[in-house]
Amino acid sequence: MIQISNLHKSYVMGHNSLHVLKGLELDIEEGEFVSIMGSSGSGKSTLLNILGILDDYDLGTYYLGGKLIQGLNETKAAITRNEMIGFIFQSFNLISFKNAMENVALPLYYQKVSRKKRNQIALEYLDRLGLKEWAHHLPSEMSGGQKQRVAIARALISQPQIILADEPTGALDSTTSFEVMDILKEINDQGKTVIIVTHEHDIAAMTKKIIRLKDGVIEEVIKNGDLQLFKDRVRTE
Amino acid sequence: MFDVDVWQEIFSTIKKNKLRTFLTGFSVAWGIFMLMILLGSGNGLQNGVTQQFSNNSINIMWLWTGDTSIPFEGMKEGRTIKFNNADYDYLKDKGENLENVSSRYYLPGTIMYTYKNEYGSFETSSCHPALLGMEKVNVISGRFINDLDMSDFRKVIVIGDNIKKALFKEEDPIGKYVKLNSVPFKVIGVTFDKDRRNERTSYIPVTTAQRIFNGADRVHTFAVTTKMVKTVEEAEAITDKVREGLAKRHKFDPTDKKAMGSFNMLAQYIRTMKIFQAIKLFVWIIGIGTLIAGIVGVSNIMLILVKERTREIGIRKALGATPSSVIGLVLLESILITTVAGYLGLMVGVGIMEAINYGLEQSLAAGGGDRMFFLNPTVDFTTAITSMVILIVSGALAGYLPARKAANVKPIEALRDEN
Ligand SMILES: Nc1ncnc2c1ncn2[C@@H]1O[C@H](COP(=O)(O)OP(=O)(O)OP(=O)(O)O)[C@@H](O)[C@H]1O
Ligand SMILES: [Mg+2]
Repeated sequence: MIQISNLHKSYVMGHNSLHVLKGLELDIEEGEFVSIMGSSGSGKSTLLNILGILDDYDLGTYYLGGKLIQGLNETKAAITRNEMIGFIFQSFNLISFKNAMENVALPLYYQKVSRKKRNQIALEYLDRLGLKEWAHHLPSEMSGGQKQRVAIARALISQPQIILADEPTGALDSTTSFEVMDILKEINDQGKTVIIVTHEHDIAAMTKKIIRLKDGVIEEVIKNGDLQLFKDRVRTE
Repeated sequence: MFDVDVWQEIFSTIKKNKLRTFLTGFSVAWGIFMLMILLGSGNGLQNGVTQQFSNNSINIMWLWTGDTSIPFEGMKEGRTIKFNNADYDYLKDKGENLENVSSRYYLPGTIMYTYKNEYGSFETSSCHPALLGMEKVNVISGRFINDLDMSDFRKVIVIGDNIKKALFKEEDPIGKYVKLNSVPFKVIGVTFDKDRRNERTSYIPVTTAQRIFNGADRVHTFAVTTKMVKTVEEAEAITDKVREGLAKRHKFDPTDKKAMGSFNMLAQYIRTMKIFQAIKLFVWIIGIGTLIAGIVGVSNIMLILVKERTREIGIRKALGATPSSVIGLVLLESILITTVAGYLGLMVGVGIMEAINYGLEQSLAAGGGDRMFFLNPTVDFTTAITSMVILIVSGALAGYLPARKAANVKPIEALRDEN
């Protein structure tokens, strides 16, 4: 699904240049459930933005579903994002003046699905996430967990192959966090590739593979079998 | 880009920002409102003044005589200049510069009109048949003076509608005889002027007038129509030519305005129209200026709006909004605000001018004021359409910068968590 090799990314600010990703190598298969960890400033969000074609990279190659993602113009990038990727953000990023249903329906708007049809589909997704009664509420009337579920519905509605989530539980309490993780796990069980960035070990432990970033490269990959070990390690930490 | 969804997207943002949208729209509405009021007033003034000209052919010229005020070829000033029938023949043969000529002999003293037991004194104009097309004479029954009346010195008279009412009441005056002092004149026609200026005037052949009222070949004034020309200079040149010719015949200085007076309507008309062109230009400049202020306002507010909506735009882009769809969103919103607000301003402006026009027409119909300097102060359809096109274009202009700004929003920057 994702093949990255020798990925470099620097941020240039005036005369200074900050080299964040330094020749990163990464392969993620279809249907994986991956969490990216690392200390603050290690480049997790930077990597996720590149994966989501929200940002360019300087050097290397990035294949998404067998397609080289490089120097796309904005329109192509937008279309690819819309078709292939669902985003979930730490701060939900719902549009404040649209109700839950309209928020969920938005990706289909950009696929030129008729209003009636996309609202109907949005209702189905909200129903699946247990939010049917909240369809006509504005985000400001909902709790954090509800908002994140709306955001998840929105990420799913265009039926993307990949879900990218940058600290999806960062703004939620632990109970809600686990609920959200259960939903993501369910999505993954349905065959979608899910990649999340997180600080929290117990959240990461719920995924099937943990990638640790350090100094712009991958320091450690903990796979399925070793996960129990990781969990134990976390417990003792 | 023009499907219902786009508009629903736009309406939902407008609904969210009612006050701001209103304020923005108001500046545009005000601009176009002012433009319509100014244009309407300009038109009203122009129509009013043009109406004044319409009392006569616009290419009419009047000539009259007086006493010389400049010594000429050894003769002292103070000589009285008098036109005569030979001058009529001279002007008639004057060639391409002049079209028609009518001379007038002023009847001496007050002329008393008598019909049966009714009598009154009225103005009597003596003229040639040609006057019919030159001054505003509107024959409503019978006929006007003709060439035979002239050559046979017929005692015929065309009377104004008010004279007819005063003397004949409900009677049909045609073929009846009315006495001017003691001389019977056969009524051959009745004139009516809705501007009520000539209704108390009657017309008789100048030849008859001269013979009956002891005029010999004396002529007091000439009305002539000149060739239609485009510039004041050309019109003045015709005046000068006519003056020179008559000055030569009567031996006075052609520049002596006291010896012979002349008024060239066409020169006046062209001058007036030029003034109105200038007024119109001025009005457009002022109006467009006001409009530009409105547009800059819209542009500014849209810029602020885009800035405030940066995050929203970032979200939309992350979810698959293409730059063109973002541009469309902002541009269409700007066009919508300008067009709707502008249309309202246009309607109110045009409405007010129409209301004023209605009031004017009412007072005109009620018989108030025969000299209207303000007439039909409305804006024509083409101007209104032009303004609408200007509005839509300006809406697009106003939205252009903000739309570009919106299209350039980088999702990663817009979505970065600032907490
Ligand atoms: N747009 C940018 N311009 C300049 N520097 C940036 C930009 N985005 C990120 N950086 C810098 O790049 C480095 C990596 O940032 P990144 O956001 O990827 O870290 P992170 O691993 O997500 O950290 P955190 O856990 O705090 O979210 C940081 O030092 C950050 O300051
Ligand atoms: Mg981050």
